[in-house]
Amino acid sequence: MATQAAFMPGSKVETETFWGTVWSWLTTVDHKRIGILYGTSAFIFFLIGGIEALIMRLQLARPDNTLVGAERFNELFTMHGTTMIFLAVMPLSAAFFNYMIPLMIGARDVAFPRLNALSYWIFLSGALFLNSSWLFGLAPDGGWFGYANLTTAQFSPRHTIDFWMLGLQILGVSSMLAGFNFLVTIINMRAPGMTLMRMPVFVWMSFVTQFLLVLAFPAITVALILLMFDRFFGTLFYAPAAGADPLLWQHLFWIFGHPEVYILILPAMGIVSEVLPTFARKPLFGAPVVIYSGIMIGFFGFGVWSHHMFSVGMGPVADSAFSIATMLIAVPTGVKILNWIGTLWGGSIRFRTPLYFALGFIAMFTMGGLSGVMHASPPVDLQQTDSYFVVAHFHYVLFGGSIFGLFGGIYYWWPKINGKLLDERLGLWHFWLMMIGFNVTFFPQHYLGLIGMPRRIYTYAPDLGWNFWNLISTIGAFLIAVSLLFFIVNVIRTMRSGKIAGNDPWDARTLEWAIPSPPPVYNFARVPHVHDRDDYWLQKHGDGHGGAPAPRPAPVTAAEIAAIHMPSPSFWPLLLALAMAVMISGLMISMYQVIVGGLLTLYLMYKFAMELHRPAEGHGH
Amino acid sequence: MADHAAAHVIHDPNIGNTGLDNRKMGMWAFLGSDCMFFGSLIGTYLAYKGKSLSGPGPHDVFDIPLTSYSAALLLASSLTMVLALANLQHNRVKSAARWLLVTALLGLHFVLNQVYEFTTFVLHHDLKLSTNLFGSSFFVLTGFHGAHVTGGVIWLLILVGLAWRRQLDVRDYTKVEIAGLYWHFVDIVWIAIFTVIYLIP
Repeated sequence: MATQAAFMPGSKVETETFWGTVWSWLTTVDHKRIGILYGTSAFIFFLIGGIEALIMRLQLARPDNTLVGAERFNELFTMHGTTMIFLAVMPLSAAFFNYMIPLMIGARDVAFPRLNALSYWIFLSGALFLNSSWLFGLAPDGGWFGYANLTTAQFSPRHTIDFWMLGLQILGVSSMLAGFNFLVTIINMRAPGMTLMRMPVFVWMSFVTQFLLVLAFPAITVALILLMFDRFFGTLFYAPAAGADPLLWQHLFWIFGHPEVYILILPAMGIVSEVLPTFARKPLFGAPVVIYSGIMIGFFGFGVWSHHMFSVGMGPVADSAFSIATMLIAVPTGVKILNWIGTLWGGSIRFRTPLYFALGFIAMFTMGGLSGVMHASPPVDLQQTDSYFVVAHFHYVLFGGSIFGLFGGIYYWWPKINGKLLDERLGLWHFWLMMIGFNVTFFPQHYLGLIGMPRRIYTYAPDLGWNFWNLISTIGAFLIAVSLLFFIVNVIRTMRSGKIAGNDPWDARTLEWAIPSPPPVYNFARVPHVHDRDDYWLQKHGDGHGGAPAPRPAPVTAAEIAAIHMPSPSFWPLLLALAMAVMISGLMISMYQVIVGGLLTLYLMYKFAMELHRPAEGHGH
Repeated sequence: MADHAAAHVIHDPNIGNTGLDNRKMGMWAFLGSDCMFFGSLIGTYLAYKGKSLSGPGPHDVFDIPLTSYSAALLLASSLTMVLALANLQHNRVKSAARWLLVTALLGLHFVLNQVYEFTTFVLHHDLKLSTNLFGSSFFVLTGFHGAHVTGGVIWLLILVGLAWRRQLDVRDYTKVEIAGLYWHFVDIVWIAIFTVIYLIP
């Protein structure tokens, strides 16, 4: 079963040489390969962001430390936040969107395979562009939310903010293109019979995420464009001396920034909603309610942004409205947590690594959610804002939540993607060390914040009572690093000599497990007909009420496979992404480069569009 | 599965299970996103309306008759776009190409009017990007709209070129329709911008 289908319909004959392989990856439009590219890149950036965090923790391990200075520390926390959000968690989620959504809805690829490749290459060029700032000694230093007017040319004259601003612009284009693609894929590419309410919950949560992506990113795009005009062309959007409102950036940023929080957590919630039913061998408890509450979260996500701004003094009316909306959004979140627990209740639970991570997610995310509800109250928020309490809070939701959920997904779907099972023993070492390390790192930060330690300080005096817990927090951070070593060793060992997984190692419930691991290029030899959310489970086990398992379909014939038409590889996505990077980086170098890059981009967009204009002409089908 | 053989003959890979065209749905998603883009820019303009610390202000510089003429051009171009589509639907490619060209030229006229307007503001009223908040928010909002129109003009001209090279006919109806969706959207956004910036005192 683990042997890949030798027959690759639609694609040209691939040469087995090294450069042939490289070329096939550079020009791939296969959603599974693009998913692997996303996942691998995201993991590398996750490690880079982690190293940045470790340096910060070393600096804070003891008072009056001099490992890094204030400026370097500013760069570290800016790049750590930006990297983890835009280059680690988002693309890791995108890896799962890419790889799993078409498989879970019974499709052969996404709606726009070349656009999908374009999204990836734009993402990679933006990520490399942002990180190249380290090489020039110009790493961004304005915080991940880059408050104007600190970021205007008057206060940040060097190119540091340019790298951040233009890098985020590039990444935003990538996210929005991917958003359009997956919206259409999910609406339009579902297998026959898969009504919206029969879609797996991971696909549903991804669906909500795509709405958030395409509707929230324009706000930060505009905020960044205004900043770009301020910095390069002398506009006054963020110049209070000319009458500008210093809150303009904050509003635009957080109108994006709060939905972004749900962009980061909803995919992980979707993964957990797949893992729990599989390992409890029970359908997801109240699945429609989990879906509805996901939609509610997405909807309310647009109405709570100003809770990030309580301390700027918006007045009692705005404060009350945003406070109530924020408390309200805790309700659908709580509903989900109850449903996940309800899924476990009475199930015949098999404790495997993915389930450990899913349970870790529930516990840690609940704690992060509770501290979040605390600062939904403006008076409490005024006490906690800009302190380590907030740092602890959002690490509980983004690390304890998103990262635990995503690792759960990695362990869960690894056998599907690579055909081999990750080792359970090493997996549990990874889980427990990460769980302990995470709590040792971040739990004390609640306390540090409440006794007054502000966030973003690069050092502190020894007599403030912060020494002990800072040291503990640093030790915890290194425990997390050790846990990741276990994961890396696990991956390497599995690649070399892992246990062959087979189609369905977990006795799981959704369509992707019905096909070989790893799946053939065309995914489904025959497009399935879907009758239920847990369609594959019903095929295997019946409906649990005496209904017999569905009859086995007739075997697939070679002629059927030969008739499958897959999109051809294309190198235009890669070239187009490069041209865009040339154009955008030109803003820091010379206007000529912008013009040349712009013309090149236009030309390549034309070539991109024309590649599929009348593709059937010339060779009859 | 019985209809598999039949499906093989009529199956258009762009049509999804909802019966709608993927590309068209993708364009709608993009337009939804672009609504938020222009919404944020218009919001910024409104937030800064009347906040400039120095002149000139909107009504020192606006030439309402000229801009009304521009608006009329753009509105008319939506009509010609529809005419192009109607002709293409009946595979009258030459007429379709002619109407597409007229649409593009109307759009181009609009852009040139805008260039003229911007030039007058800079030369005669000394209103630049960096003059005051009005200058900043006006030029950036209308400039991005103008950039959208310019992109649309290039798109339409490419379609005209394809038609002249006999590479466009009724089979490409959806492609032209998608260009039309974009074009109408840019037109509608102009109605909003024209009202908010020029007409509301």
